[in-house]
Amino acid sequence: MSATGLIAEDEPLLAANLTMMLAKLWPDLRIVATVTHGAAAVEQALAQRPDVVFLDIRMPQVSGLEAAESLAEDWPGDAPLPLIVFVTAYDQYALRAFDHAAVDYVLKPVEADRLAVTCRRLQAALASRNKTRAELPVELITALSALRSAEPEAAAPPRLRVLQASGGNTIHMVPVADVLYFEAADKYVEVVTAARRFLIRIPLRQLLPQLDPGQFWQVHRATVVRADAIDTATRDDSGKVELTLKGHPGKVAVSRLYAHLFKPM
Amino acid sequence: MNRYLSRALRSVGYGSGVGLCIALIRQQPIGTTLLYSMCISVACWFFIDSGRYLVATRIDAGDRRPGWPGWGWMTTVVIVGGCLGLLSGTLLGDTLTGAHTPILSGDEDLRHLLGDVLFVLLPAMIITYFFNTRSVIADREAAAQAAQRQAAESRLRLLEAQLEPHMFFNTLANLHVLIGIDPPRAQAMLDQLIAFLRATLNGSRALEHPLHAEFERTRDYLALMQVRMDDRLRIRFDLPETLAEVPVPPLLLQPLVENAIKHGLEPSVTGGRIEVKAARDGDTLTLAVRDTGVGLGQRASNGTSFGLRHVRERLETLYGDTACLSLSAANDAEGGTLAIIRMPLK
Repeated sequence: MSATGLIAEDEPLLAANLTMMLAKLWPDLRIVATVTHGAAAVEQALAQRPDVVFLDIRMPQVSGLEAAESLAEDWPGDAPLPLIVFVTAYDQYALRAFDHAAVDYVLKPVEADRLAVTCRRLQAALASRNKTRAELPVELITALSALRSAEPEAAAPPRLRVLQASGGNTIHMVPVADVLYFEAADKYVEVVTAARRFLIRIPLRQLLPQLDPGQFWQVHRATVVRADAIDTATRDDSGKVELTLKGHPGKVAVSRLYAHLFKPM
Repeated sequence: MNRYLSRALRSVGYGSGVGLCIALIRQQPIGTTLLYSMCISVACWFFIDSGRYLVATRIDAGDRRPGWPGWGWMTTVVIVGGCLGLLSGTLLGDTLTGAHTPILSGDEDLRHLLGDVLFVLLPAMIITYFFNTRSVIADREAAAQAAQRQAAESRLRLLEAQLEPHMFFNTLANLHVLIGIDPPRAQAMLDQLIAFLRATLNGSRALEHPLHAEFERTRDYLALMQVRMDDRLRIRFDLPETLAEVPVPPLLLQPLVENAIKHGLEPSVTGGRIEVKAARDGDTLTLAVRDTGVGLGQRASNGTSFGLRHVRERLETLYGDTACLSLSAANDAEGGTLAIIRMPLK
């Protein structure tokens, strides 16, 4: 069965080896790109639209898991999402999540027999999948959300009550309860309250564990909303969900990975 | 609670011993003397042990063991508790036998009374001394065991940190590939892996080795990493010949180099360079590990500072205040991080 594939692996020998093994086991799989980090994986996958993506979990800056999340969120609606296979040398917590959600993974060193099983599974999935509409595989959503909660943290940091945002020579003390939502912007996080916006110098990834997950919901990989501030959630015809907030004119987009949070009771 | 009970039972035992002595010395009937003696010793135990507990929990503990108020307070507790015990134990004995002891009616001869008090207080002090010494020893043993456990845990964590599974399996994966496509290089890599493992597993045992050996171990580790990272890792070593034979504790550099890889170069898409340098500065040996990676600011906060802490602890144990480890941003255009160990040159 002919198909296209992408390999993301930061170690050159291992990438070359995976390409070689795939060439033997699945001669009709054409590798359209081999990249060495997660950001390039997302960029190349969006440009080349491969059928299958092999993602190493630990890569510089953007990990394989983050790349998968970005792909699921940014994938255009008119094409099916690529099948994702995670590749890892040793990530016990991730493997548990994958087993639980039946998402495919390959262990390094890659064994030919094991990779052959993966190839057969991929071929079967490609043959049966719906080619007209992009559907998010439930397994991937489950696996990624399981991973988010399973990721080992050093020690749960204390919950934040007040944010300290700098504005010139002044430090603004912003009570967390006043925040409508947080929006990640590169290494910064924009804090939006009813009155104004602030910038704080902390990546969203580090801020998130300091917030009460019951109060603050992640609705996009770059957005965290205070649940009490949400007024309505509206689903449009294409399935996209948007939030309106109390006391705030703008709208907040919910990504497909988090759309399941908004269902009538 | 069990310990209180066991002390109470023992006090009955001591009481019977003392009772027998008194009976023999004063030529009194053994049965009643034993009964009174046991009553008094249980009462003394009750007042002294409770007194000790009350005083110890109410005064500021300072650096004393918990539950021990110190000898000053304890002597007071023993005297007061002993007298109370003597009175109430006698009262208990009177109730049991129906007799009337002269102590309680106030008809007691002063010499006899002093004798009774002495018979109570002397054993009470001795027993208190005995129990205290025993728990001091028990505490010391517990502390020694805890220290041993900590040392073992620390060794295990060090080994885990050095044989980090992710690094290990990726190295094996690379080796697996090389065996197929480039056997001589695979053999060279296996040799480096063996040398690295030997150094890691022996490292905590050997006390010191020459600086050139330390550099060679570091080179083995970096060579392994270079197979994995290819041109994302460039290496530079600088060991002046005059310093090659200087004795140093083993595996001081490796945690620093590991950190440089893990927190400096691995997170960087383009990689960078690692420099390992030794230099002499008067009577001081400086060992520097510098990387041109992402720098301190971007390091994940949950990273293993364990490696650095371990190096610091070892330096302090070996050299006290005369050695130190500093970690700072490399202040030139290339950026990255600079770790420096300073230690006395032997």
